Amino acid sequence: MRRVVVTGLGIVSPLGCGVEPVWKRLLSGQSGIKPIEHFDASDLASRIAGIVPRKDGRGGGADDPHAFDADATMAPREQKRIDEFILYGIAAADQAIEHSGWSARSDEEAERAGVMIGSGTGGLSTIYETSVLLKERGPRKISPFVIPGIIINLISGQVSIRHGLKGPNHSVVTACSTGAHAIGDAARMIKYGDADMMVAGGAEAAICRLGVASFVAARAMSTGFNDTPEKASRPYDRDRDGFVMGEGAGVVVLEEYESARARGATIYAEVAGYGLSGDAFHITAPAEDGNGGFRSMRAALKDAGLEPSDIDYVNAHGTSTPKGDEIELKAVERLFGDAADDIVMSSTKSSIGHLLGAAGAVEAIFSILAIRDGICPPTLNLDNPSVETPINLAPHKAVEKPVRAALSNSFGFGGTNASVIFRAVD
Amino acid sequence: MSDVLARVKKIVVEHLDVEEDKVTESASFIDDLGADSLDNVELVMAFEEEFDIEIPDDAAEHIQTVGAAVKFISEKTG
Repeated sequence: MRRVVVTGLGIVSPLGCGVEPVWKRLLSGQSGIKPIEHFDASDLASRIAGIVPRKDGRGGGADDPHAFDADATMAPREQKRIDEFILYGIAAADQAIEHSGWSARSDEEAERAGVMIGSGTGGLSTIYETSVLLKERGPRKISPFVIPGIIINLISGQVSIRHGLKGPNHSVVTACSTGAHAIGDAARMIKYGDADMMVAGGAEAAICRLGVASFVAARAMSTGFNDTPEKASRPYDRDRDGFVMGEGAGVVVLEEYESARARGATIYAEVAGYGLSGDAFHITAPAEDGNGGFRSMRAALKDAGLEPSDIDYVNAHGTSTPKGDEIELKAVERLFGDAADDIVMSSTKSSIGHLLGAAGAVEAIFSILAIRDGICPPTLNLDNPSVETPINLAPHKAVEKPVRAALSNSFGFGGTNASVIFRAVD
Repeated sequence: MSDVLARVKKIVVEHLDVEEDKVTESASFIDDLGADSLDNVELVMAFEEEFDIEIPDDAAEHIQTVGAAVKFISEKTG
């Protein structure tokens, strides 16, 4: 069986841009949640978000050395032709590919290198602005770049063009499970032999009036912490009241193990197992019994050939919604049994918010770094857990411990669940 | 005429990100200035906006060079 390893990582997040600075900030307990100031949010019930700090000052990035620099990714003229979710996806993919040191040494290698980057919602802000323009000024004012600027598979398309990747070009759209599914499916493509290298992940930029208003309408978002943004995302805490929207992108480079070794690549972890399931229950609510998440985790363990006791860290889906957090926690307790006493499980959404389609990819990267560095990132704002659990939820502070294998959960609207297990490679 | 040429040149330089001295009257948007078919559509929209005119699709198809754009716009606005 072909093995798949991770050789490159790239992040654009509310904690900044670049894997090492973001990881450092995450471990030190920084929050990326801020007031929304780049559009009028005054009439929205949720007025805070995990906003990517940008060099142009947005998201508090003016003086941040690790702010996102859009102009360093592409010319302003090109930026105008794509929605920001594509821009973030391209930037994270550029980072990951550079980080991996991979480049095609022949046409054949290029043809065996592909892209699988998805998004949950696609170009919401562009769709909104274009709709207003259409209504106010008519169809002749619509740009020819609207469609290639909003459709979700155009991250994969753009990345393939920039880097000459001529293998499988695919995309995932499974709401908040997108990033995890993209990495899991891309790994399967390498295992199956469709490709030797895949650039995989997710991107999202839904922090616009349409995105926030629509998620608020679905009663999914935090509305009670607008004056204390950094306190709003509080998974497992009794005062949690919904998720905080985040934006950004996470992208990894996956390679077939032998070819990665042969070229002397730095190997961060192996994609050891991948499990998927469907709740078959409700369009937005998780099934009360947690059976969907339970089965996706169980399938990932089986795929990896591991026992629960082999897992040292779980990066939870943990969105800070009143219902979801406890359902997931119970499912993990049930699956892990006695081994639950020894695991650390944290929700990094407490720090960066919920990156929707990018969440699973960014959290996969945090899981991989937990393995690399032997440290589990904290769950911020967990002052008073709403339930008792034998599991160490890493309240407030990162937990140092050797991590042999880490499991990352992602659950999405529609009842779509994905669990990915990463394992240290000797 | 010269005013139209200058304004057309400015739009082309901005939209196609090319050096101004390459934007001659005989220059083809696609063959000489690196445009693709979508760029052409966007250029025509920019001309419509700048000169407050409507360029029908069948006319737009024939506007392939800087000179052709200047000629069409001059006739429309003259």
